[in-house]
Amino acid sequence: MCTYQTERLKVNASAKGRDGWFHASDAIVYFDHPVHYPAGHALMIDVLDLTNASGRVGLEMDASSARSMALAILRTLDNVPVELLENEAAT
Amino acid sequence: MTVDLTATTIEIAGDGGDQIEAYFARPLTDARVGGVVVIHHLPGYDEATKEITRRFAANGYLAICPNLYSREAPGMSSDDAAATARAMGGVPDERLVGDVAGAAAFLRAQVNSNQKLAVIGYCSGGRQSVLSACSLPFDAAVDCYGACVVVDAPKDSPFTFTSLTSKLANLSCPMLGLFGADDTFPTPEQNEEMARLLHEHGKSFEAHTYQGAGHAFFNVDRPSFRPDAAKEAWGEIWKFFATHLSA
Repeated sequence: MCTYQTERLKVNASAKGRDGWFHASDAIVYFDHPVHYPAGHALMIDVLDLTNASGRVGLEMDASSARSMALAILRTLDNVPVELLENEAAT
Repeated sequence: MTVDLTATTIEIAGDGGDQIEAYFARPLTDARVGGVVVIHHLPGYDEATKEITRRFAANGYLAICPNLYSREAPGMSSDDAAATARAMGGVPDERLVGDVAGAAAFLRAQVNSNQKLAVIGYCSGGRQSVLSACSLPFDAAVDCYGACVVVDAPKDSPFTFTSLTSKLANLSCPMLGLFGADDTFPTPEQNEEMARLLHEHGKSFEAHTYQGAGHAFFNVDRPSFRPDAAKEAWGEIWKFFATHLSA
């Protein structure tokens, strides 16, 4: 099925795509037909620069991998000293 | 029996006169033949859709598939373009109708067109095929498992698709629906509701729902492919087009 259930979010990030690094402004998360991962459905993440179509990093993974990754991200952030998170916009 | 064909990438005038990419396949014959506008699925203007377009030509029809994501990601791979289009909320309905009108005009302008045209779409293209046939003059329409015909897109998604129920009374031609019994986008109940509404409006609608098949059962390069269902459904398409696209 094409689920159409898509989460869209604004992000402030850099990603490395086809033409090198780019500033990513948007991301979408959805569960749908993968292009490359060999399964009927997969958790898909696209990190995008919507002003430049070559600015895309795509990920397709099975549901358990996606959950493990999401938890790893949250654990990592939970373990970061608070003062570093407060300074996240600093260069 | 299939015939020889030629296929090429071209540009056509789409909505608002925008030049958009399209894939055009035609049988190598001087005979006057019908035409088919092919609307690609949500994953985009990809190899599988081009193969489907060639299949129509091999079976004796002029066929064109407009790249609905031409504007979002010109020249990009189909998956990059599809990701960008998804993030931007999908193809606006008005623009889709304009692009399909451009593709239809291109087919009608071919010297060996018999002026009979069908529109067919897969996945999101199924809904867009219904929308096109409710907005433009066609001789036949095919909806292959299009969701959001009688319901809106999920509210928490960026998609702006809305139900087409208010437009069904304007359907311009007979329609064929090809669905999987295990599909949940659209559900069999939603397909039955579409059939009920179309019949209420006095429209000709023939539906086939295949057991053991879900969404995208035509897709030969994905695990959703169901050869038995696809073979039967292709047979229904050829019968339907023979009836409605003959001069």
